Amino acid sequence: MSTAALTKNPAKRQRYVAVLLDMMNRPSGAIGLSLVLFHLCLAIISPVIVPYDFKLQDASLMLSQPSNAHWLGADHLGRDIFSRTMLGGREALLVTGIATPLAVLWGGFVGILFGLTGGRLDEILMRIVDAFLSLPWILKMLVLIVTFGTGLEVLIPTLAFFYGIPVIRIARAATHDVIARDFVWAAKARGHSRISIIWRELLPNVLDTLMVEGAMRWSWMLLAFSSLSFLGFGVSPPTPDWGLMISDARGYMSFAPWGVIGPVVALSSLIIGINLTADALAKALGIDRAQKAPM
Amino acid sequence: MSAATFINIQNLSVGYTSQSGEIIRVLRNVSLSINRGESIGLVGESGSGKSTLALAALGFFKRGLRALEGDVEFDGIDMLALERDDLQAIRGGRLALIPQNSGQSLTPTLRIGLQVAEALRLHSQLNESDFEARVVELLTQVRLPEPATLLSRFPHELSGGQQQRVAVAMALAGEPDALLLDEPTTGLDVTTQAHILELLRDLASERNMAMLYVSHDLGAISRVCDRVAVMYAGEIVLKGSTKQVLLSPRHPYAHGLLSSIPRLTQTSLPLALDGRPPMPSETITGCAFADRCALADERCRSTPPTLKQLESGEKVRCFHPDRIDQLPVVNKTVTQKGNVSADHGGDALGLNQLAISYAKPSLWNQLFSNASMPPATVDNINILIRTGETLGLVGESGSGKSTILKAIAGLISPKTGHLVLNGEGRLTPKVENRSALHLRQIQMIFQNPDDSLNPRHNIAQILAQPLRLYFSLTGEELRQRSIELLERVRLGSHYLDRRPSQLSGGEKQRVAVARAFAAEPAIVLCDEVTSALDVSVQAAVLDLLNELKAQRGTTYIFVSHDLAVVKAISNRVAVLYQGRLCEIGPVEAVYSKPFHPYTDVLLGAVLEPDPNFMPKLSADDVVELSPPKTGCPFQRRCPRKLGKICDTDVPPGRIFDNGHQINCHIPETDL
Ligand SMILES: Nc1ncnc2c1ncn2[C@@H]1O[C@H](COP(=O)(O)OP(=O)(O)OP(=O)(O)O)[C@@H](O)[C@H]1O
Ligand code: SF4
Ligand code: SF4
Ligand SMILES: [Mg+2]
Repeated sequence: MSTAALTKNPAKRQRYVAVLLDMMNRPSGAIGLSLVLFHLCLAIISPVIVPYDFKLQDASLMLSQPSNAHWLGADHLGRDIFSRTMLGGREALLVTGIATPLAVLWGGFVGILFGLTGGRLDEILMRIVDAFLSLPWILKMLVLIVTFGTGLEVLIPTLAFFYGIPVIRIARAATHDVIARDFVWAAKARGHSRISIIWRELLPNVLDTLMVEGAMRWSWMLLAFSSLSFLGFGVSPPTPDWGLMISDARGYMSFAPWGVIGPVVALSSLIIGINLTADALAKALGIDRAQKAPM
Repeated sequence: MSAATFINIQNLSVGYTSQSGEIIRVLRNVSLSINRGESIGLVGESGSGKSTLALAALGFFKRGLRALEGDVEFDGIDMLALERDDLQAIRGGRLALIPQNSGQSLTPTLRIGLQVAEALRLHSQLNESDFEARVVELLTQVRLPEPATLLSRFPHELSGGQQQRVAVAMALAGEPDALLLDEPTTGLDVTTQAHILELLRDLASERNMAMLYVSHDLGAISRVCDRVAVMYAGEIVLKGSTKQVLLSPRHPYAHGLLSSIPRLTQTSLPLALDGRPPMPSETITGCAFADRCALADERCRSTPPTLKQLESGEKVRCFHPDRIDQLPVVNKTVTQKGNVSADHGGDALGLNQLAISYAKPSLWNQLFSNASMPPATVDNINILIRTGETLGLVGESGSGKSTILKAIAGLISPKTGHLVLNGEGRLTPKVENRSALHLRQIQMIFQNPDDSLNPRHNIAQILAQPLRLYFSLTGEELRQRSIELLERVRLGSHYLDRRPSQLSGGEKQRVAVARAFAAEPAIVLCDEVTSALDVSVQAAVLDLLNELKAQRGTTYIFVSHDLAVVKAISNRVAVLYQGRLCEIGPVEAVYSKPFHPYTDVLLGAVLEPDPNFMPKLSADDVVELSPPKTGCPFQRRCPRKLGKICDTDVPPGRIFDNGHQINCHIPETDL
């Protein structure tokens, strides 16, 4: 299309650049993005830069205190905690990095579809979603994992599936909001086709909401993944993982409390980073979370 | 300062630090004092800093803003030095705020009684056991009917005016000594608004409260305020008694603002105030108003004027208050809106026996019962609209104005009746089935441009939609045409790649107008197109619509709840109540005797920006949820109701000259 020059890409690209710049100009965005970026880089280069082999067990170091050689001490098998902490986010980032977009994609698609259909069907489907959401997530997840076993090929679809369900609600609500607005009515009154209205008027507005939602889902999913590892259903040893490391160190809390410091700091800094980023993204995109009234 | 000064704001500047580190001032050196028992009006365009000032009186600043210098005192307490908790105790207690739309912000799931009791819990010393009696007392004070039964109702079971009264009652719970009101009646119907204002006035004098009343509506201000301060670009430019400011404004901006208000006593369009106020981030060398001021000279552009007291007592920020009478008062271009009957160009649109219903019978009722359906939302509408005429549709909220427009646009299908386009043949009810030509010929402009322009599109994309759809324009041709359209609405080509959020309200509405005219329509449906705009901007948009019509002979159907606006722009007016036609005829005939009783009530409640003008309130401001099943639609509120006949028989059409028709049982000679 020759009109593309007038309307399409440049404007869009410009917008995302502007959004990114805006995010970096906010304290929350600057801190959040740096934390996330730091963890991503670390996940990529850590295998090359770790000081010790994560599998290397040294009985003489068992539960030893932090020292010059082993900054965070060693675990119950005498492995270097600092090295294991550096490596411990890789699995989590890989799994959630794939599962989050999948969750937003399928949840968003179904939610928009429900939102557009409306009527009885929509209501019945939402009831099912609600019922499903009211069950404790860990229960649902364990049922699936017990049935299908652990491993990435199970964890990724499982997390994507469960975390897509709340996205349905969000996408549906956003769709309802947008289609009630006058610009959609205006397009209808002009006689545009349904497809064109969905594509031009609806999607761009719902996508913003979904992006913010995706960022939030990502941090929750990380927590979920770590909890699964903590319970022994996530990463299998000896692969280092924060959840697993916390679980291991927990048993020795009374006399070797330093064992949990590394993984806890790492996990929480990543989650805080993602949350701050999501917050800055929401603000930069102008999705207002109602300002508090003076009284 | 005198001992009676209650709220005292001295040399207050409020601002924020921009991303580039500059300090941007939103309020500049504002001083305002309010005594007990006094009410002060604060007026100005949107963005002039009215709400910021009102909130500052509470010691509150919107996120990002802070006090740069100056003092805020409330009854001798320094509000800027107080700790959060102490502030909290004063706010809502001795100093109460009633924000815009506060009626709508009641918690939907809590009963009225509980919500008011909650306010008591926070701000009064009463025992829990005394709450109920006090709640009833408060609800009585705001003149709500049957307060005892209201306690157990939910907010959605009340009308907009009643919700607003509950909000006032909650503000009174802490026995405030001062009330801050931010646009408390904006969005309410004229009759409701007039009643609420009477209530506020009486409460203020009964309780000897200090009131700060923020509004862009000078009519409302004139009803409740003793003194008025006019704000422009973060400064107070004129301060004086209500009479002085509204009747002989001595500042060019205030003068322009007042001449841009359409009045019932005029038939021509009001005078638009061109241009727009400077943004807080722009550097201003001289007078902030210089760009828009007809009196501006060299001095005005280079030196900022200070606030000086005149002999007559007002304070004015202007070098030339003595030259005000050189400013024009009435519209220079006397609008050519008449002449429709002269060059009668045929019929543009006929509404024949139109009835529209939102209620859908449930399957059960359809099959098994013949329980009667609720009366149709809109019924029995017969109007013939001539080519090139502007038909005004007026009526309170819920009278079916938008519903009728939506039916014409094909967005809802009428239950019975049909539409005739160009006197030719029936117009297909559903928009999906209409021919491309018919679609193009009918275009619609909506109330709120924030809502009708997709925030994710730039102006080029917005204008491209109709141009591609109807004319298959692309590339350079599309661009040229878009620029032409923008110029026609007095915007330039540099707007093309901006987004709606980067435009002011008036500019956005111009884009919406340009988008409608892109289709080269024969009929344009305008739904409250100026209600979301400032009065000065409203005048400019009305002017633009009228100019476009003069150029192209377009037919308008202009819906508004503002009777003065409708009077200014329309050739003919139809008055609706509960989806039924009460009166229709040429403007002059509808706005003068003989009146339909409902038209009379509506006109009586209009607030003119003139303190000598008293509205006459002849009917209650109850809101009816559905029209009566039989008889006259206005039967339940009519102050002149004849009796049983009004309940049972549909009123006959009384015909006067020039197609003026009044549907009422009262005989012609008595109306
Ligand atoms: N989608 C809907 N479903 C059911 N009822 C509706 C719907 N839209 C409007 N109504 C009802 O139809 C009646 C007429 O509404 P309409 O919006 O046409 O009024 P209006 O005159 O435009 O009012 P306003 O001045 O508030 O815009 C009202 O009683 C309203 O509650
Ligand atoms: S100071 Fe000059 S520019 Fe400003 S309002 Fe007065 S006359 Fe106009
Ligand atoms: S018909 Fe009766 S109720 Fe209706 S407006 Fe006339 S007098 Fe009033
Ligand atoms: Mg409406």
